[in-house]
Amino acid sequence: MSEKFKISNLDLYYGDFHALKDINMSIHANEITAFIGPSGCGKSTFLKSLNRMNDLVEGCKITGNVLLDGEDIYKGMDVNLLRKRVGMVFQKPNPFPMSIYDNIAYGPRTHGIRSKAKLDEIVEKSLRDAAIWDEVKDRLKKSALGMSGGQQQRLCIARALAVEPEVILMDEPTSALDPISTSKIEDLVIELKKQYTIVMVTHNMQQAVRVSDKTVFFLLGEVIEAGETEKLFSIPQDKRTEDYITGRFG
Amino acid sequence: MNINKLKEIVMKYVFLFTAIISIVAVVLICVFLFANGVPAMKEIGFANFLGGTKWKPGNGLYGIFPMILGSIYVTGGALIIGVPIGILMSIFMARFCPDRLHKVLKPIVDLLAGIPSIVYGFFGLVVMVPFVREHFKGNGQSILTAALLLGIMILPTIISVSESSIRAVEESYYEGALALGATHERSVFTVVVPAAKSGVFAAVVLGVGRALGETMAVMMVVGNQARVPDSIFKGVRTLTTNIVLEMGYATDLHREALIATGVVLFVFILIINISFSILKRRGKE
Repeated sequence: MSEKFKISNLDLYYGDFHALKDINMSIHANEITAFIGPSGCGKSTFLKSLNRMNDLVEGCKITGNVLLDGEDIYKGMDVNLLRKRVGMVFQKPNPFPMSIYDNIAYGPRTHGIRSKAKLDEIVEKSLRDAAIWDEVKDRLKKSALGMSGGQQQRLCIARALAVEPEVILMDEPTSALDPISTSKIEDLVIELKKQYTIVMVTHNMQQAVRVSDKTVFFLLGEVIEAGETEKLFSIPQDKRTEDYITGRFG
Repeated sequence: MNINKLKEIVMKYVFLFTAIISIVAVVLICVFLFANGVPAMKEIGFANFLGGTKWKPGNGLYGIFPMILGSIYVTGGALIIGVPIGILMSIFMARFCPDRLHKVLKPIVDLLAGIPSIVYGFFGLVVMVPFVREHFKGNGQSILTAALLLGIMILPTIISVSESSIRAVEESYYEGALALGATHERSVFTVVVPAAKSGVFAAVVLGVGRALGETMAVMMVVGNQARVPDSIFKGVRTLTTNIVLEMGYATDLHREALIATGVVLFVFILIINISFSILKRRGKE
């Protein structure tokens, strides 16, 4: 499998706080990589450093290298282009307060697509890929805020797909959702890995087991253990990993 | 009965009493205005009063149509000047301006709101009237001058209401747009500001109320001629200035006609306040 992201010697500081310590990791294309760990361990912070959303945080300083297809995203890469290539789905569904159609079309319009026919096509394809087309095709012009939480999150996934990213980052995408919506999103994510590279932060270890190929365990800003999901959960190499996945803390 | 419970009950009535005072004040003003104004309107005739183009109390002509138009023109002009500047300024202050600059700008905007209107009037009379006279047409006391002055006066209202509604927009919208590869500018103008649009409209509506109700400053720069205006370089009289100019010596029907002018103004403001609260409610949904 080809290497999509290669992260080496990454340190991240929020002011004086050393939030991520010497992270080294490879993320492979067309796989689902899950980040697990207790709250505050740095997994979301690390996720956000992959599409430079940490740039918004004041006092955030990053050293080390993050290579996307061999190119360092912190050195000379256009940040808007980076975010087009590396999409993101947030913890809380955040559809824009506009119609379903305009939500999906927002990204393509941002990147210069104006033709109505082309936009129609993208909207339909994205919604189909996010497995929500049948539920919304009759109300594309209605506000996205009238949908259920699970639908909103799938809409946000569709919105991310509409700009044709290479990687999709998901920050606890199901933590605000009910079990049925969660399982729909999990099925969707597994389906999506055929075309995309997916990195997912989750609090739910069963979810990591169900969907991911690789798992990375974070603790206090460090990567404790990383590897094949099956292996990590059945024969953890580190005592702390074992304690965490067996529910002794966290 | 213990003392805390007693305190609770006493305080409840104290609050009720203070709440009633403001309600009673509004009701009394309404009653006074309508009781004095409506009979006068009837006597003059509603059509003659609202539609008449001649205001000559000496001859028994009480047409306030020129003043209604005057108010609308002056307010409209103030909006043309104040709304774009105010909204863009609020967007700048909410999403573009560095913190250190904001610490300077915010107090200045607040100060602008606190300047007494008579001081604005003086500024208008001494600075703006000669400016308009020299660089445009007419004697300087005109719709244009009043619109410029009011445009400045409504800025702080528009800026602060609009800024706070833009700041109240959930950060997740902004982040969502950025995560799709939109620039800061595009995120702000196409997602954040539209999400705050009901608050921004509310800011404009409040600005309308301010401009429509302003009296002293307008009186000093607007010329005060009770005629239907045919050019923005000519003077007009607004509803508010009509009242204040003549109230000192008016008697009988003349006096009541002025109160009726107040009724018309009151109805205008009422419409504006109602649309303001409708917009607010819609914003919350």
